[in-house]
Amino acid sequence: MTRFLDIHGINASYGDAQALRDVSINVNEGEIVALIGPNGAGKTTLMRVIAGLHPPLSGTVKLGDTALHPLAAYQIVEEGVILVPEGRRLFGGLSVLDNLELGAYAPRARKSRFTMLKHVFELFPMLAERQHQHANTLSGGQQQMLAIGRALMGLPKLLMLDEPSLGLAPLIVENIFEIVKRMNDEGVTIFLVEQNARRALELANRAYILEQGRIAGKGTGKELLHNNDVREAYLGYAPATG
Amino acid sequence: MSIESFAQTLVFGLFVGSIYGIAAMGLALVFGVLKMLNIAHGELLMLGGYATFWAFRTFGMDPFVSLAISIPLLFAVGLILDRTIYHRIVRLLGEEKIKNSLLVSFGLTLVIQNLAIWLFTADERTVQVSYAGVGFNLLGVALPYTRLLSLVIALTATLALSYFLHRTYPGKAILGTAEDFEAAELAGINIHRVYMLTFALGASLASIAGTLVTVIYGISPSIGIIWTLKALIVIVLAGTGSILGAFPAGILLGVVEAVSGAFIGPTYREVIGLVIFVLVLILRPQGLFTRK
Repeated sequence: MTRFLDIHGINASYGDAQALRDVSINVNEGEIVALIGPNGAGKTTLMRVIAGLHPPLSGTVKLGDTALHPLAAYQIVEEGVILVPEGRRLFGGLSVLDNLELGAYAPRARKSRFTMLKHVFELFPMLAERQHQHANTLSGGQQQMLAIGRALMGLPKLLMLDEPSLGLAPLIVENIFEIVKRMNDEGVTIFLVEQNARRALELANRAYILEQGRIAGKGTGKELLHNNDVREAYLGYAPATG
Repeated sequence: MSIESFAQTLVFGLFVGSIYGIAAMGLALVFGVLKMLNIAHGELLMLGGYATFWAFRTFGMDPFVSLAISIPLLFAVGLILDRTIYHRIVRLLGEEKIKNSLLVSFGLTLVIQNLAIWLFTADERTVQVSYAGVGFNLLGVALPYTRLLSLVIALTATLALSYFLHRTYPGKAILGTAEDFEAAELAGINIHRVYMLTFALGASLASIAGTLVTVIYGISPSIGIIWTLKALIVIVLAGTGSILGAFPAGILLGVVEAVSGAFIGPTYREVIGLVIFVLVLILRPQGLFTRK
């Protein structure tokens, strides 16, 4: 496996509060890597740094040989690194179809937007049925599917998902995770931030734990699932006694 | 008041209102997408009016034909203003952005106004086309050609903008950026190009309004602020964030002003407009033409 996404020594802050301290993470091509941690640990900030929405104080983000941190957000999309943001952030007043079309705005993706649209409609037949509806008329689960569909329209090499299961019913969460797995099988590398730590660790090849802006642990999904500290802090087990 | 003169009042309200609408639409577009208030919008309108006046004075060009010059000219002025000034402000966030946009565009208002006095003198200029005052009668209602043409142009510009925003890729990128600029960036849209294009389009719309104002009223360097205020009232009526809603809102204001001018007296025309403005702010602060 070749080193793909390489995040090195990222420091970032919001005003005076430092949100990330010396964070280094790498994601190999074809992997699913999860990032778990409590609220306010800096997970979303890290995603925003990678996507170019939040300039870091220091550190580098590279995709292969391309440095991403000097690029603007739209240029990072053009490189194939696409974020499905927390809260989905759809264009609510535009139709489902317009949302998908805008997902393919970058020149690289625009060329193949018709084939991609077909593919997205295969993955999410519901979106085809509702393509002329305004995005803000969709249910939470449908909106998440549209957000993922919009990201796919940009032809991601690396797809980043920030809390894709937030606020969704368990059955729909299951559905979303299946789709994520399927996209990974189709060759898209996945970097996932999740509150639902158990589900994320089951799905991921590897995972990192972010606590108070620092990497507090890492390992394969299986290792972390069976790690006592992780079980206690994130998976809801009582500390083992005796 | 006879039926005819009432109908005449309504029709004149419609004519005037369509100019209000087109003057406000450019301001609404810039406000809706860049989220900043361009006080200098009226000055752009004034410059567009002068382009029309000089094309008429120098080449004898029909003012409606000269739109072919004034629109691209103001588009270019918009591009330059965005690249030199506004792109610095649009990067700011929240309150800082609004405050700075107000200060800078107010400053720009003074600069453009004085530049216009220096270049064009403070005289009021009018364009007298050969068909001025000519028109036809429909059931006793006078329809002057200049006013009719103005209405047609305002309507055409509105429909063209609507088509551009809803049916073309760059137009959809503008609407997407207006809704959520970060989501637009994540979709691969270069939002600073969107802002530049939007500002230039706003200036182009101002130039159309300026041409119509010049034909119907005449123009001087000081008219800008009047039209900025009028446009502000219209976009509050329409609902901030509603771009195309500015057109019907402008017509509404024009008709209300005309009718109240006829019934209560011309001195109160503007007052009634402001009363409507306050009523809308109290009763329907989201505006009359906002989509949910």
